[in-house]
Amino acid sequence: MKKEEVNFGKSDQFNLTMIPGKFAKAMRTNIIWQFIRFIVINIKMLIVVSKSH
Amino acid sequence: MARLVVLGGGVSGHTAATFAAKWLGSAHEVVVVTPNSKWNWIPSNIWVGVGEMSKEDVTFDLAPVYAKAGINYKQAKAVSINPEGSGTNDKPFVTIEYTLEGREGDSEVVEYDYLINATGPKLNFGATPGLGEGSNLGEHTVSVCTADHAIHANEEFQKTIETMKNGERQKFLIGTGHGMCTCQGAAFEYIFNIEHELTRAGVRDMADIKWISNESFLGDFGMGGLHMKVGGYAVSSKLFAESLFAERNVDWIIGAHVNKVESGKVHYELLDGSFGEEEFDFSMLIPPFAGVGLKAYSKDGSDITDTIFAPNGFLKVDANYAAGAYENWKASDWPETYQNPTYDNIFACGIAFAPPHPISKPMSSPNGTPITPTPPRTGMPSGIIGKAVAHSICDRITKGENAPLHKASMADMGAACVASAGKGLFDGTAAAMTVYPVVPDYEKYPGTGRDTDYTFGEIGLAGHWIKHILHHLFIWKAKLKFGWTKIPE
Ligand SMILES: Cc1cc2nc3c(=O)[nH]c(=O)nc-3n(C[C@H](O)[C@H](O)[C@H](O)COP(=O)(O)OP(=O)(O)OC[C@H]3O[C@@H](n4cnc5c(N)ncnc54)[C@H](O)[C@@H]3O)c2cc1C
Repeated sequence: MKKEEVNFGKSDQFNLTMIPGKFAKAMRTNIIWQFIRFIVINIKMLIVVSKSH
Repeated sequence: MARLVVLGGGVSGHTAATFAAKWLGSAHEVVVVTPNSKWNWIPSNIWVGVGEMSKEDVTFDLAPVYAKAGINYKQAKAVSINPEGSGTNDKPFVTIEYTLEGREGDSEVVEYDYLINATGPKLNFGATPGLGEGSNLGEHTVSVCTADHAIHANEEFQKTIETMKNGERQKFLIGTGHGMCTCQGAAFEYIFNIEHELTRAGVRDMADIKWISNESFLGDFGMGGLHMKVGGYAVSSKLFAESLFAERNVDWIIGAHVNKVESGKVHYELLDGSFGEEEFDFSMLIPPFAGVGLKAYSKDGSDITDTIFAPNGFLKVDANYAAGAYENWKASDWPETYQNPTYDNIFACGIAFAPPHPISKPMSSPNGTPITPTPPRTGMPSGIIGKAVAHSICDRITKGENAPLHKASMADMGAACVASAGKGLFDGTAAAMTVYPVVPDYEKYPGTGRDTDYTFGEIGLAGHWIKHILHHLFIWKAKLKFGWTKIPE
């Protein structure tokens, strides 16, 4: 069984949702991808801040 | 010379007072009345609560900062407001009681021309039997609402790690301690920090972690949930939250009003009217919030507390308190100027203003128990509102009594929330969420009520780095260090 599938069996509530697989999880800590996301999130947050003032 | 008195030196009051002092200069006086000697960056208490930061990392002394800003700082708590003065004093004033060491209990009258109530919440532990007495935390659970609470939480947390290392399983129960709580985001962040730390300590498989909250669905966050763009879909925060809980093996009980806490056990009622119990070895439950209980008196000494404060103790402002049923709620119900409708020189900011109604759809159990999150007023809105109110008052002082007031409606304002899960720079991750606007506006954004280009959430290191940066940035700003005015709220 794939790692991400283990928790589906642990509770009925878990069974009805989505659980990230190996690739999605690896991207969360991939430094290059996260650096790009860092820039994107910062820009979006700055836009939200400027729209709020 | 005009005098502005700010009650409360927290996130909102500190922002208001420091900007007002800068804009007014020495021609006018700014007074801050606040019972604490230290300023606390409350969001980082989460890291104190798992032993990743110390109290010193998240607090600093207020006195030198206020001395530098030219603010008259009184370490005291406000007790009452006399907006019309009294029989012997024509000027409006507040009565304060010192908490400063050596002057505890001394009473003083502080006159004002303008008043800002930024007293934040009373942590109303006493609302749930067993959760605490009045605003004091009880003995069965822990809290991360203050830095001292968080230190205590970590002490108890470390004990559970030791117990698990000795081979005994432990049950963790984190969430909200009453059906009318807000601040689910803080509990959400804490539960995933706990999960992360247990994994790091090598005892995750010995721990059963459960969430309990008054939200009608996971991911409501007191904002009726939100929709965000993920992987090309517009999805509800329910899916986002449930996925995270399932991934981390954290079970949940939702729609719960915790009605009693005992040693090692909570009793709760659910939205379907059923009752249940849940055992725990370690539990952090956020208390419901109320106003801090300021009284108000008219010139002849009669009690007018009900005139200027809502029944929950928060200050009435320019909100529509008569919106009625959920179907009638509009974005325009939310206040814009935060001016008290009866006394136009009194304003509120941050948690201290009375919201017109919740944001989440109101729910109650068939037994009539309301189980609905109250609206969050997080750090960013609290800061923005504090600055807008300070701006309005400074304009009135310097340009005249009819200067237009500045507006900062939560229906026109976003909030950024970064919920970390662990602190390490390369092993921590965070759920970074931005919502715009905080209060949904279905006229402007039919469908989700929000702008899905700017309402988003994702999990990863990037959010985690942002959380670290925000910690240092906001403490830098609050200390009024170089360039502080350029750092947005
Ligand atoms: C654990 C935790 C984590 C959080 N994390 C986040 C986050 O990640 N992001 C976010 O945006 N928000 C977060 N928040 C919410 C954020 O902390 C609040 O929105 C913010 O502190 C509200 O600011 P405030 O000035 O209204 O209240 P406070 O910051 O609580 O300040 C109120 C001040 O008034 C003082 N006071 C009380 N009574 C009196 C009195 N009688 N007279 C005078 N002064 C008085 C208090 O001592 C205090 O200094 C979190 C909250 C908690 C509890």
